[in-house]
Amino acid sequence: MTMTAEQPTPATAPEAPSTTGVLDRVLKVRELAIAVVLVVMLTATQLDNSAFLSQQGIKDLLLNATILVLVAVGQAVVVITRNVDLSVGSVLGISAFAAGDLLHGGGNPVLAVVVAVAVGAAFGVVNGLLVSLGQVPALVVTLGTLYIIRGLDSIWIGSRQITAADLPSGFTSFGHDGIGVVPYLALLTAVVLVAAAYYLRSYRSGRDMYALGSSPEAARLAGVPVRKRILAAYVTCGALAGLAGALYLARFGNVDSGTGNGYELTVVSAVVVGGVAFTGGSGSLYGAALGALLLTSINSVLPSIGVSSVWVQAIDGVLLLLAIAVDRVVALRVAGLLRKRAAQTRSAHHG
Amino acid sequence: MTDPEPERTPVLALEGVSKSFGAVRALRDVSLQLYAGEAHALAGENGAGKSTLIKALAGVHRPDSGTVLLDGAPVVFHGPADARDAGVAVIYQEPTLFPDLSVAENIFVGRQPRRSFGRVDHRAVKEATAALFARLGVDLDPEQPARGLSIADQQLVEIAKALSFDARVLIMDEPTAALTGSEVARLFGVVRALREGGAAVLFISHRLEEVFALCQRVTTLRDGGLIASEPVDGLTEDDLVRRMVGRDLDELYPKQDAEVGDVALSVRRLTREGVFTDVSFDVHRGEIVGLAGLVGAGRSEVARAVFGVDRWDAGEVHLDGRPLKPGAPSLAMAAGLALVPEDRRAQGLVMDMSIERNINLTGLRTTARAGLMDRGAERSRAVDWAVRLQVKYARLADLVGTLSGGNQQKVVLAKWLATGPRVLIVDEPTRGIDVGTKAEVHRLLSQLAADGLAVLMISSDLPEILGMADRVLVMHEGRLTAEIAREDATEESVMAAATGRGRSAA
Repeated sequence: MTMTAEQPTPATAPEAPSTTGVLDRVLKVRELAIAVVLVVMLTATQLDNSAFLSQQGIKDLLLNATILVLVAVGQAVVVITRNVDLSVGSVLGISAFAAGDLLHGGGNPVLAVVVAVAVGAAFGVVNGLLVSLGQVPALVVTLGTLYIIRGLDSIWIGSRQITAADLPSGFTSFGHDGIGVVPYLALLTAVVLVAAAYYLRSYRSGRDMYALGSSPEAARLAGVPVRKRILAAYVTCGALAGLAGALYLARFGNVDSGTGNGYELTVVSAVVVGGVAFTGGSGSLYGAALGALLLTSINSVLPSIGVSSVWVQAIDGVLLLLAIAVDRVVALRVAGLLRKRAAQTRSAHHG
Repeated sequence: MTDPEPERTPVLALEGVSKSFGAVRALRDVSLQLYAGEAHALAGENGAGKSTLIKALAGVHRPDSGTVLLDGAPVVFHGPADARDAGVAVIYQEPTLFPDLSVAENIFVGRQPRRSFGRVDHRAVKEATAALFARLGVDLDPEQPARGLSIADQQLVEIAKALSFDARVLIMDEPTAALTGSEVARLFGVVRALREGGAAVLFISHRLEEVFALCQRVTTLRDGGLIASEPVDGLTEDDLVRRMVGRDLDELYPKQDAEVGDVALSVRRLTREGVFTDVSFDVHRGEIVGLAGLVGAGRSEVARAVFGVDRWDAGEVHLDGRPLKPGAPSLAMAAGLALVPEDRRAQGLVMDMSIERNINLTGLRTTARAGLMDRGAERSRAVDWAVRLQVKYARLADLVGTLSGGNQQKVVLAKWLATGPRVLIVDEPTRGIDVGTKAEVHRLLSQLAADGLAVLMISSDLPEILGMADRVLVMHEGRLTAEIAREDATEESVMAAATGRGRSAA
């Protein structure tokens, strides 16, 4: 009965391309929207206080953002695989101290940065193995490692602290200077961001991360090496948190056992505000970086327009909820639209 | 590709394979040989073990005993990637796509064409996808995201994915269920070309005429065991049905004539945007109404909305003439509605709780005294219904997860019948349960209807719909497309309405 005479199928489906157009636009708009909010906010502040975007002002803005952007990029890679890494604050703290300790003992600055990255990557391996082999929710596993690493940090450091005086002057000036208004740290962060985004977009293993975040079951059936990819995401995240630790040391010159405490929540907010879906499989590293830039800019904007900085956290929270609400509304509308288009295309076929 | 030996060696084979899931023996000592250039059909009822067999071939399940042979040599597939690398392509019954990725990425995930430095060649991915779609005669945009595709389009993407690597073995689990006639014809053309090129094909379909049109050999499974493996030539459809069912159809579908009474459930112009539209029907006391349609047509969604699990956007539902509030399952329950859901493991039962506790989940309010549970009343309620439905169990305190699929389903039925419903909605009541228990469930439904219960039965099992329903409603893409009386209901008339090919001459 299935072979009975059929109406010829029309060769064209005018609906299909425009469907892609809609979705593409929405995705681009998502990052554009943050950029617009950022620009509007900075412009308004500049109009209110013309000293805000001075050369030093821009430099501060970028310097403040770099560390958060770096950690947010790593976090975004993990979130894209439908996981989360809450231990980034602790990892940042311990790798910053490791680098500082080495420099304090007269070590080579480049080696210190490498050590910080290696320490971060090592904790990334631990997290990745626990999450991928343990089949335990990442939230719980990394909450555990958050405390464990913080504990190790306290035991190791005790009441010691590293101050700028312990560091070679070349290292600290690397943390402050730059080319024109662009600090070296921001350049380094931008290079990492572009490289990581290019990797996710252009390599099979990068595409796998989106795939397994989108549907872990389908990824398994498609032969994606799920555990390996999750491990890689955590190692990336840990290494970037370690690098951020080294940059933190260079920028602030001051590290103790409390460094990076509570940082993980700011990072997760930045990622979510940047449009990386917590359900995995969508979002971009550029979005996460913009989210981080937006959150840190608010910190600078409020004092310059005379608002007390006690408002910062509340405003961050509102932004977070707003971002999620927007995502949800957009997702529902796009889903409805796609369904309608699909139904139309099909009925056009059989009509 | 060609085999030098005079005695043909199967490309892929199973030898004495068994596989159990808990108490359920899904496959028992099954052997199967797939030869190059041959299309092999796998026949059997729902729950006969076909999907498990496919997953053993595809490296998803590791057999408990027995071996998988590749070119005559034993192999162990450690995962789907191993099977894929050995040249086994599988189209699963339920599409497994990545909703966030584009159609093209879905097809080539993990195998994207690459350019220098191992970078993915996005343009080549897109072009290769367009070429595959052209070969299949499908007009989908390769860059469209998989989210929002209809089931049929998703199935076409799955087919394109399977064709995208030059498979030596192509396994298709009900690939045609959601497709239109011309799409099926096109698919068969491609499959024949592959087979003539030397590929082995394993094909599953509940449409027997497709088996006869495409395949040279057929293997029949029943209750996880091998019944026969034989050439298709010389077989008739009746032969095949007899092997699959193993008993007379009358015995499997013991439909009693019942007196049709007043309207019990009345659904008017029910709409949930983007899911189903303008659905109206009545279910009378004493009647079993079958709700047929393809997977994804919106049948379960209608049931969920009527029961109040999901909200509806427009329309109304009356139970015994009284309106039901949207989105309020506990009120629907109190009004006398019961819903036996589609997925008993995820929705029907709490697998880590005992049989007794599961049955009593619906009676927490009625068996409590002054806010505290009356353990005695609970136990007697559970025993009463477990015995009436002949649930086979050792102790009522046993975890429900230790029961076989059929007995689990009886526990779900017991749980709902214990509420004394006026209208019972059952969604896929016999999916994945053995033939014996299936007949028992049918007898029970028939008896309940004869006693004056109104039953709405959703089923993808066409013989079940035809055998049990007094009236058949058919849905297609979210709309009710046909209402067919028992006398006029045939596989052809129901499938025509389910695939949106309009009502056949009635």
